[in-house]
Amino acid sequence: MSVADNAAITNALSSVPRPPRPSAFSAAMAFGWRGMLKIKHVPEQLLDVTITPVMFLLMFTYLFGGAIAGSTGAYLDYVLPGLLVMSVVFTTVYSGVSLNTDLTKGAVDRFRTLPIWRPAPLVGALLGDAVRYVIAGTVITTLGLILGFRPDGGPLGVIAALGLTVVFSFGVSWLFTTLGLFLRSPQATMNAGFMLIFPLTFLSNAFVEPETLPRVLEAFVNVNPISIMTDAARGLMAGDAAGSDIAISLGVAAGLTAVFMPLTSRLYRTRS
Amino acid sequence: MTTNLAIEASGLVKTFGELRAVDGVDLAVRRGSVYGVLGPNGAGKTTTIRMLATLLHPDGGSARILGHDIVAEADAVRSAVSLTGQMASVDEDLTGRENLILLGRLYGFKGKAAKDRADELLGAFGLEDAAGRLTKNYSGGMRRRLDIAASLVVTPELLFLDEPTTGLDPRSRNQVWDIVRALRTAGTTVLLCTQYLDEADQLADGIAVIDKGKVIAEGTPGQLKASVGSATLHVRLLQGDQRPQAETILARELGLVHLEPDPSALSVQCPEADKGAEAIAALGRAGVGVASFALGQPTLDEVFLALTGHTAEDKEEVKA
Ligand SMILES: Nc1ncnc2c1ncn2[C@@H]1O[C@H](COP(=O)(O)OP(=O)(O)O)[C@@H](O)[C@H]1O
Ligand SMILES: [Mg+2]
Repeated sequence: MSVADNAAITNALSSVPRPPRPSAFSAAMAFGWRGMLKIKHVPEQLLDVTITPVMFLLMFTYLFGGAIAGSTGAYLDYVLPGLLVMSVVFTTVYSGVSLNTDLTKGAVDRFRTLPIWRPAPLVGALLGDAVRYVIAGTVITTLGLILGFRPDGGPLGVIAALGLTVVFSFGVSWLFTTLGLFLRSPQATMNAGFMLIFPLTFLSNAFVEPETLPRVLEAFVNVNPISIMTDAARGLMAGDAAGSDIAISLGVAAGLTAVFMPLTSRLYRTRS
Repeated sequence: MTTNLAIEASGLVKTFGELRAVDGVDLAVRRGSVYGVLGPNGAGKTTTIRMLATLLHPDGGSARILGHDIVAEADAVRSAVSLTGQMASVDEDLTGRENLILLGRLYGFKGKAAKDRADELLGAFGLEDAAGRLTKNYSGGMRRRLDIAASLVVTPELLFLDEPTTGLDPRSRNQVWDIVRALRTAGTTVLLCTQYLDEADQLADGIAVIDKGKVIAEGTPGQLKASVGSATLHVRLLQGDQRPQAETILARELGLVHLEPDPSALSVQCPEADKGAEAIAALGRAGVGVASFALGQPTLDEVFLALTGHTAEDKEEVKA
């Protein structure tokens, strides 16, 4: 028997003693490592989510910039923070998609039979996602800088805006992990996710000043958390952030986490 | 705790809405044996296995795995068992080696130890050449072997194998069978779900036949066959025109003869091998040329037909 050698299998079965179970930290790190490997082997997925904001950046800046804000440069200042929020928030949909993939492909079953700290798969996946968010945010910010974006808040302001966007997106990602555990397929999760996130992003102040919109729309845009997050990012980049915008953005992230994180971990343990 | 049973289940029930997917299953599986759970698609095999592996909460009944209650002592059960599910649960975005290293780390192997363990398993399962390839490019057989290897990163006392050869070509199926035999030699208890009668017959020491969530028969492959009826003597003649003569002789020696569609073949119920040999000798003395003969046990197909009124294969084809 050449392919699966019986003696070798019998040997492999008895060769090593069982190690002690891993600590919560090493289990979570192992899942984080898995997330990194996926970024390395499937960079297309990251590209998918980054390409839309990049296209928007080029399109809005050069096609509509003059018309909307009077000049390309002025519009870039306005739209770049919005696109930063959009690109990172879009990336959160994939947190739900990959969780659903694990569920439908049976990986969750295997992880659930391991004697590991229960939340490790979720926490580890979040670590991988955080790297994704930072990459997506960095790509769009760098492109903006290349195109001539020179925010008054300086490098610190840009980093603070990126940091706040990542924290906000963490909160949002729990919404999609919950969704990912409810739906039947990765494709359905993706569709539902974008159906939710697209209108929320477009009915925000990311691209246009709310004052230019019809009244009802304007009212919605003003309370849309993505608008508030965008205002906070704009403020941080411009060096004149309103404390209330930052506080509300953090509050939304905390609220989403408080509601959807327990729901996600419960579904992860029980969904069959 | 000191029980020689790896699995003791009594009255396990799982309902999905109206459907009683598992409807009072009792199982007793000896440590170190390969036990087959045989049933057609939808019989409740996967649901039973998932309850035993602590992935599903039973709605009724109880079970102990290696002495541990599956509900009250789920953690103890988890650390003693491994599950290779019906879907190959390898991560398609990772290489074969990365898949095994990941599991190694999750079982507590550190750094180099996890890598060494991965390489050892890849070697034993004939996957070293494919170790660095993403598993989405693996064939079905390779994926299945990797999936089983992944269940053995730490040697489990009990391995659940859910339809390990469904959809595999014959060569890959034989490789998986060899793996199950090697597991048995190494002393691992295996609970094997299958819809292939042949597979249970080849590998299992004991079999439970399940249909519509209930165990409808239980025993060794031999006992199951015996419960259906005696063995059959199959005879093929050199010349078809001697068949009437052969029929007369066999009817005298053994009883009612069945004429096969093949014009030179006949078969007859044969409770004892001695009498069969006697009957063949009688044919020779009468000058009837025998091309071949065989004393066949009834197939598990026939067992299933006798037990349920339908064959397992029928149902499977409908599904496919
Ligand atoms: N999560 C579920 N929800 C509803 N019905 C289910 C679920 N899982 C299995 N079933 C149903 O339970 C029955 C038994 O399924 P299963 O245990 O998968 O059978 P087998 O593994 O023997 O093919 C089937 O009719 C199946 O459709
Ligand atoms: Mg099944």
